[in-house]
Amino acid sequence: MGDDPGTPLIQLRGVTKTFGSGAASFQALRGVDFEVKAGDFVAVMGPSGSGKSTMMNILGCLDVPTTGEFLFQGFHVETLTRDERALLRRRYLGFVFQGFNLLARTSALENVELPLLYRGEKPLARREAAMAALDKVGLADWWDHTPAELSGGQQQRVAIARAIVTSPRVLLADEPTGNLDTARSLEIMELLTGFNDTGITILMVTHEAEMAAYAHTIAHVRDGLVDPVEVRAR
Amino acid sequence: MSMLGPIFVLAVREIRRHLLRSFLTVLGIVIGVAAVVTMVTLGNGATAAVREQISGLGVNILQVRPGQGFGRGGGGPAPADFDMDDVAAIRDQVAGVVVVAPLAQSSGTAVRNAANWSTTVNGTTADYFTAQQWETASGRVFSTTEEQAGKAVCVIGSTLQRNLFRSEDPLGQRFRIRGLSCVVIGTLVTRGQGGFGNDQDDVVLMPIKTVQRRLTGNRNVRLMMVKVDPAYDTAAVTASLQSLLRERRNIRGAKQDDFNIFDTAQISQTLQGTTRILTALLGAVAAVSLLVGGIGIMNIMLVSVTERTREIGIRLAIGAVGREVLLQFLVEAVVLACLGGVIGLLLALVASWSLAPLLGVPFLFDVRINVVAFAFSALIGVIFGYFPARRAAQLNPIDALRHE
Repeated sequence: MGDDPGTPLIQLRGVTKTFGSGAASFQALRGVDFEVKAGDFVAVMGPSGSGKSTMMNILGCLDVPTTGEFLFQGFHVETLTRDERALLRRRYLGFVFQGFNLLARTSALENVELPLLYRGEKPLARREAAMAALDKVGLADWWDHTPAELSGGQQQRVAIARAIVTSPRVLLADEPTGNLDTARSLEIMELLTGFNDTGITILMVTHEAEMAAYAHTIAHVRDGLVDPVEVRAR
Repeated sequence: MSMLGPIFVLAVREIRRHLLRSFLTVLGIVIGVAAVVTMVTLGNGATAAVREQISGLGVNILQVRPGQGFGRGGGGPAPADFDMDDVAAIRDQVAGVVVVAPLAQSSGTAVRNAANWSTTVNGTTADYFTAQQWETASGRVFSTTEEQAGKAVCVIGSTLQRNLFRSEDPLGQRFRIRGLSCVVIGTLVTRGQGGFGNDQDDVVLMPIKTVQRRLTGNRNVRLMMVKVDPAYDTAAVTASLQSLLRERRNIRGAKQDDFNIFDTAQISQTLQGTTRILTALLGAVAAVSLLVGGIGIMNIMLVSVTERTREIGIRLAIGAVGREVLLQFLVEAVVLACLGGVIGLLLALVASWSLAPLLGVPFLFDVRINVVAFAFSALIGVIFGYFPARRAAQLNPIDALRHE
């Protein structure tokens, strides 16, 4: 149903998120309406404290809205339990973080195999799929290296391999180039663009206009609300 | 569950990654299991040894001696020995008595040709063999005629036989002991070491009259062995035996007995009960150390969860459900605890095997206590691993990912 060109893959309707309670409460999101079409490449921009991280956590099914609706492929995510959201993430989502977040002292291959492990794939199938994913990010020769033995750019590429090894519907990238120099950043953006071309929807938080330029759609978050999106020519 | 295999691999990998810490973590379990199993194994050995020793004294046997306790008692004149009239009176007047075997003891050096051997001479009747359930290996025991006539015939134990006769057939042969020349009419089956470390086979048995006349020079009976009919209550027989002897020895009112009746079955039960209680007590003390070991595991697992918060966050973000994270840490704790259990069992095996001979008890490998101790250590892994594992499973992935 998500592939229907008319129906958006992701829909936020009047989403609010309040942290704390009483006088100390803080409203991070104040009624966000937001849509993402399948296959889109969306850059989410905004100053710190604007609520974009909160929005990404909700879009990544890591958090639930206080009020409002979040539809993902027609699922009302706000009604799901913690474990149901975990299964949703396992099945449809891939994550890339600013800090790479690879398992330390664990080889690149084993890091990439991790999501397949939770999917209950057989060891051989895991190995093959993980090697293929490493190959796609150009690190097949580095499969037995631990994160400590890899450069920042390489670590992020392993993280991307881990995110796409399950062929997710959506890849959520939280400032994926934040810890990298320009040359490495551009490599990462090229990789993301490549995976976007294979049909993976990408949601990327970034500060840098240069990186946002790779996206087809730019959403600006300000004071807990999303401005009307800016659609760029392909 | 398909996750269990990989989770097990993860747990082993994590344990190997921190080998020293893992070892220190399980040290409590190791010591606990080793202590419990060693205590119980040695305790069982001691109980078995006591049972063995007591059964050597005979079944359903009351030993009657003059004096209180094993010694002659404190001051005052030594209580008189019994005589053959006492033996007859007990046999005839106490219900439930099968046989009464009197014993007059002496000792001396047995001499035959160049061979000589210092040994014990027990004067008794043929009833002794019945009471002791001791059979002849060859020959026969003395007849009533020989008993009444006080003939110099004897039945010898295997130790004496070996030392005096080597491989010769001793039947019909003579040897001398304190000037008395006696004919061997029978040999006894080997009994081995007795209840108090004595060699039961180092003995000469003769008719009591022979010993009284030719060796001790009096008509005294040092000891009576009363075999009780199993159909009768030993306590009741003991009581009537006691009152008969009090009457015959003229002990009245509140005056204390000047003899004692030693019930082997009762002593056996008491001693076995005592060793069993000691075993249980030592086992309980050791079990407490197992518990302490469990707390050690919980401690380190809690540290581990905090240390690996980020890892847990990654796993949760990737789509691990709470149960899978819980299982991962639980399996880790259980594998650790089981590892400690196995090391503890090996240690106990070595310890009890090498300590048993030093303590003079047999080494009895008890499968049950080994299985129980291992299962208990696994259980401790589950119990003390659960709390840290649940804490890991309940982490919020967003906070966990942000954790430095």
